[in-house]
Formats: sequence, C-alpha cells, structure tokens
Amino acid sequence: MGCEPLAGGRRELVHVHEVEVSLGGRTVLRDVDFRIAEGEFVGLIGTNGSGKTTLLRVVLGLQATTAGEVLVAGREGRRGGPIGYVPQRVAFDHDVPVRVADFVALGVDGTRLGLARRDRGVHERVEEVLASLELGALAGRRLGALSGGEQQRVLMAHALVSRPRLLLLDEPLANLDLPRVHETIAVLDRICRAEGVAVVLSAHEISPLVPVMDRVVYIAHGRVACGTTDEVVRPEVLSALYGHHVDVLNVHGRVVVVEGEPGDPGTHPEVVVR
Amino acid sequence: MANAWLAGTLVAIVSGAVGLFVVVRNSTFAAHAIPNGAFAGAAGATLVGASPLLGLVVFSVASALGIAAFGRRRNDVVTALALVTMLAAGAAFLAASGAYEPAIDALLFGEVLGVSRGEVLALALLVVGAGVVLALVFRSLLYASVTEEVAAARGVAVRALDTVFLVLVAVTAGLAVPVVGALLTFALTVGPPAAARTLVARPGRALALATALSLACVWAAIASAYLSGWPIGFFVGAYAAAEYVSARAASSWRERRARP
Amino acid sequence: MIHWFVEPGFWSNPVVGTALVLGAVVAVVSAAVGVMVVVRGQSFAGHALTDVAMAGGAGASLVGASPLVGFLLAGIVGGGSIEAAGAERIRDRDVGTGVVLGAAAGLTALFLYFVSSSTSATGSTQSVLFGSVFTVSPSVVPLSLAVAAATLATLFIVRRPLLLSSLSPELAAARGVRPRAMGLLFVLVLAASVALSALVIGAILSTALLVGPAFAALRVARGLVGATLGAIVAGVAAVELGILLSYDSFYWSAAHRSVPVSACVVGVVLVEVAASAVWSRLRRGRGR
Repeated sequence: MGCEPLAGGRRELVHVHEVEVSLGGRTVLRDVDFRIAEGEFVGLIGTNGSGKTTLLRVVLGLQATTAGEVLVAGREGRRGGPIGYVPQRVAFDHDVPVRVADFVALGVDGTRLGLARRDRGVHERVEEVLASLELGALAGRRLGALSGGEQQRVLMAHALVSRPRLLLLDEPLANLDLPRVHETIAVLDRICRAEGVAVVLSAHEISPLVPVMDRVVYIAHGRVACGTTDEVVRPEVLSALYGHHVDVLNVHGRVVVVEGEPGDPGTHPEVVVR
Repeated sequence: MANAWLAGTLVAIVSGAVGLFVVVRNSTFAAHAIPNGAFAGAAGATLVGASPLLGLVVFSVASALGIAAFGRRRNDVVTALALVTMLAAGAAFLAASGAYEPAIDALLFGEVLGVSRGEVLALALLVVGAGVVLALVFRSLLYASVTEEVAAARGVAVRALDTVFLVLVAVTAGLAVPVVGALLTFALTVGPPAAARTLVARPGRALALATALSLACVWAAIASAYLSGWPIGFFVGAYAAAEYVSARAASSWRERRARP
Repeated sequence: MIHWFVEPGFWSNPVVGTALVLGAVVAVVSAAVGVMVVVRGQSFAGHALTDVAMAGGAGASLVGASPLVGFLLAGIVGGGSIEAAGAERIRDRDVGTGVVLGAAAGLTALFLYFVSSSTSATGSTQSVLFGSVFTVSPSVVPLSLAVAAATLATLFIVRRPLLLSSLSPELAAARGVRPRAMGLLFVLVLAASVALSALVIGAILSTALLVGPAFAALRVARGLVGATLGAIVAGVAAVELGILLSYDSFYWSAAHRSVPVSACVVGVVLVEVAASAVWSRLRRGRGR
C-alpha cells in the first residue's frame, strides 16, 4: 500500500520499515511499514487486540522488535525521543503526594538527576500548557483526586510540556461520552494545526476521526495498511488486510467496517461504498 | 545513651525519606522482607564472629538485589518465600551459634543501648551515602513511581531506578535493624511516611513531613523505652501506628468539612 | 540404607510420633488454604496474619494459656480488622496491613519482654516465633485436630462461591454471592490455618507452609483440584521430611546441636518450589 508522506514538502518524522514483533513466541506484528510526516494527524485504527498498543510502544522504544527498522526524527527509535506519550489508562493512587502542576513539571525535568530548584522557565511553561488545555484551575489538586477524564487531560498536558514533535495517544477516546469525544478531537486538532505537533492516536472506531485525519494507519491481524481515509477504508484494501471479505458501510455520515465470515464471501449484506 | 539518640536520629532521617518512596511505590511487602534478610545477616555474622553491621548490610543488600532480579512483575509469593527463607536461615544460624535469648530478642525487637560509638560513625557514613543517592535520583524516582510507563518512554531508566530504590531500602534496613529490630524496622518505614502522604500534597513537603514524623516516632520511642524499661520495638510499632491512624482521621475530617 | 538415613530411636520416640501426626494434619490444612491464598493474591495478608498471630502467641505464653488459643484469637481479631479496614482499594490495603503488622510486632516485643522478666522460663521467643513441633504438648493435639477439621470443612463447603468471588467480585455479586462476606469468611479460615502452622513451625515462618507447597503445585498442576492435591502431598512431605532431617541432624553434627525443625521444613519447601520452577520451565521449553 502506498505510504508516501503527504505532499507539500513536509519532512518525515517517523519511519517504520518492515517491522516484526514477537511476544511470548507469537508474532503479533509483521511487515509493518509506514511513515509519518511532521505535523500530520494520523489515526491508528484497529479492533481490540489487533496490536495498536504494541505498535505505539515500538515507536516509543519500549518494545523491542524482532526485525525491521524504526526511525524517529532520523534516529534509531529509542526511549527519550522527542515524543509525548499518553497511555490508555493510568491508575494514580488516591493519596499520592503529587499535585497536577508537580506532575506536569516532571515532564520537563523528571529525567534529570539532582535536587536543583526548578527555574522560573519551567513553572511558566507548566502554567502555559495547563492554561492551553483549560486545566489552570486543577493545578493545585492532587493527582489521585481527579476524575478519569481530568486525569487524561493532565496526562496530555504532561506529554506536551516538553514541546514534543510527536504526540502519541493510546485509545484517548475510549470511555468518553460523545460530546467529550468531539471536544478531545477538537483539542488535538488544534494542537496539531497550531503548534505543528504530529498527532498519532489509536482508536477502534474510525468515524469521529474522519474529518480531522490526514491519513490512517489501519491495523488488523498484526499487519497494516496506510494512506488517506479514502485510499485505505475500502472493501478491497481491508479485505486483503483481514484475509477475508470485509464490507465498508457509510450510514448517516458514519463509516462502519463489517467483517464477513471467513471463507464465506457470498453472504454479506449489500454494501454502500463511498 | 548519647549514642542511642544519635543512632536513632540517623535511622529516623533515612527511614522517613526512603519510606516515602516505599509507600508511593506500594513496595510495602519488599520493605518488610528486606529487614528479615538483615536479621539473617546479623545472625550469620554472630555465627562466624564477623561484625554484625557488616552482616546486616551485606545480607539486606543481597536480598534487595534478589528481589530486584525477579523483575518488574514482582511476585508476592516469591517475596513471601524469600522473606521466610531469610528468617529460617537466621533462626538456624542462631541455633548453630548457641546464641542466648537476649541476643535474639535484640535483633528482632531492637536494643537501643547496644549501639557503640564506632557503629554510630559507620551509621553516619551510610546515612550520608544514602542521602546523596536519594537526592540524585529523587525526581526521576518520583517520576517512575507515579507513571512508570510514561517515565520509561521519556528515557528514565526505570529498571535501574528500581534496583537503586531497593538497595536504599536495604541500607535503611541495615541501619535500622540494630536499633529498632528486624520486625519493627518495617513499621518505621511505612507508618510515618504513610501518615505524611495523607496530610500533604506536595512531594517536597511530604518528604520533609515524613522525616519529621519519623524523628518524632523514634525520639518518643527511645524516651519511653528509657523511662519504662520496656522494649523500644513496642513503642516504635505503637507510635508509628498512632501517627498513621491520626493522619487518616485528620484527613477524613478535613474532607468532610470541605464537603458538608 | 534406611538405617543410614533414619537415626536410631526415630520411630519409637513418642514425641516424634506426636510431631509426625500433628505435622501431617497441619500440612494438609495449610496446603488446601494456601492454594486459595495464592489464587486470591493474598500472600501479604496471609503473612500479616502470622505477625498478628505471633502477638497472640506471646500473649498466651504471658498468661499461661495454650499457644494455639492465643494464635487463633489474635488471628481472628487481626484478620477481621484487616478485612474490615480496607477491602475497597487494594493499594491502600497494603499500607493499612503494614501498619497493623508493625503494631502487632510491637505488641509481641512487649509481651515477650514481660514473659522473660516475670518468669524464669527461657526460650519463649524461640518457641513463639520459630516454633518447634517437638515441644508441642500432647494435650493440644485434640484441639488442633478439631480446628483442622472445622477449617477444612468450611473451606470445602464454600469453595465454589469463594473461587468465583476471587476471580471476579462483580460476577460473584451478580450471581448472588456476597464478596465481602466471602472475604471475611476466608480470612477466618486463613487465621485458623496460620494458627495451626504457627504451632508447628512458628508464627513468623508459617507463611512458608501456607504459600510454598501451594505455589509449587499451582505451577505443576492444571486444575484447581489437582493443584490442591499436589499442594497437600508437597506440604505433608515437607513437614515429615523436615522433622526427620531435624531429628537426624542431632546425630550428624559434631557438636550435637540439631538444626531447628522449622528451618528444615522451610528448606524442604524451598527445594520443592525450586523443583517446580525448573519443571515448568522445561515443560514450557518443550511446548515451543
């Protein structure tokens, strides 16, 4: 599948080439091949258990590969790259003696040794990021006292505080109600467009992302297809990916991918392809 | 007596600071197991005639490294077995050396007055070492304790920090066991820091308060033990529990007042 | 061959006879309860109970009561309060358990101090903490058999709802099981089993008999029934072999100082755990 970066002379930020990953003797990703350009908005779409989190961990340098090459900003994929990461769920202890502002500041200096006092620049940057995500009022609250949605926003602020060039989010839309989903997407879209940060987020539903995505990386059974939504979300492409017939339905502006029975391509309902 | 105060103070400072991370990282079980390694070490040192402090530190560091080697998916059962093994080894060493009961009691439940001037000096060196290491790794250890996965992605050496942390717990145990005993060291590393964590929200203040509460606990215990003649371990356990319970009560009272 | 391994007087000694019978019964209870402890991930709670039981044992020896009664009463009170204090948040439960455990150790210190200063009896620390099945008086045997039978019967009756509530409290609640009640009941069963094993190998070592054989068996066996049977076999073998080794060590060592029974039992348990680890690794290696 064609995975060339978008036109317009944007530079390549992430390069994943023929990557294979095995976990406990089972190959969970194979021949994964895609690129992400600076400032792109990319959806990593796939069902639960399809390997989305593993793929994000590969880009982060947290998961070793058995074959292939991962480059982030032209360097071998390893920890501590210019990436902000928002994991799917973090259970903070109720009593942990860390406030929101302390935690966000750790995104800047959490990797530094020593007890040197934080300079004013760090505090200003923290305030700036919290304000941009409308979290200013929470700055003095304990991490453990926040609601799930608030914790996710704080994790986002934490990821952005170090001015990353790439923001990776693992299922940020899961467990949110529909107004919240649209609100979160709008915030991410703004970060992407206004600050030029490339955003990669994983999701199991593609519909709410269609209006904002530059491209989609579709993952199924450990393999990916990559391109614009129109290029990838088509029955022939996805059928090849799944290894059996798949339909793509477009109902009232929602895109629904329907898996047919394996080896039984004849009994699927009528398809509306756009 | 002066030695006892000095030794107790040193122990309280380290166990308050290290204990805060024990509580934040939920490593209570490991923090309980390691002092028992120290117990076996002291018993073994008695058997071969070596310095008990050496035995304490060597064995507790060895058990810390053992627990760290089991990796990130730390197994409760394995920790339990490691702990019991150390206690059994200690019991066997003591039986083999024919130690008298007071010696065993001192190792298990503490014996403040048994600290010599030379030992205080050795304790002070260990405290300075532990303090320097803790100051160096404070921020990244806090980071790794709050969100391990995110910290690892940012380039924090999470595994290495875990080992450093467990070794710090081991050094604390080596310091504390001769003073408050193998079974009560744990009470001192968990009670005051858990109380501090409930009362204040900032990491720096929690560290300061944990150390202060730990000092209060040890000083009060030494004074009570001196005045009553009862074992110091009893007072350490009781005061640590009292601090924790009153901190919990205070924070729930505060929460109720904030939201009537 | 037998004579080389079993030193003279082993079979004819009445103390050894009591030890072997009591040890076997205790091992059966500990192993059966231990499988549930490992499945429920309550090793720390199990260990905390031993420290609480230790305070009870020390208290009993202070007032001159039977140590088993002390272990039992303290275990039930301590277990009930741990369960009541924090069933909601597992992480808080660890810290709360730790504080209870520390306070219990402090009480133990105080009681033992009173024992040693009020009577001329020595060795109370050793017998309460590290135990010795050789010094158990035969008068305790009927009571311990009764406690063992009651514990096993309770465990057998509630095993299915208990397992369900261990695997998924929500699911169990939906099916009409009350997880809190199950938790409390299980802690009581645990307290009884800790009290029994404290009698044989001492309060602070009883964790070994509780989780060791169960852990080894769960690695080797597939189903829960198989694991329980395996744990019982491993537990009984550990206790009986430990008693034999301790008895023999008196003759083997030059100074005629025997290795404590408890240390021998823990040693055998460790060998079993190590063997199960090797076995499961070999099997997994072949499976690939």
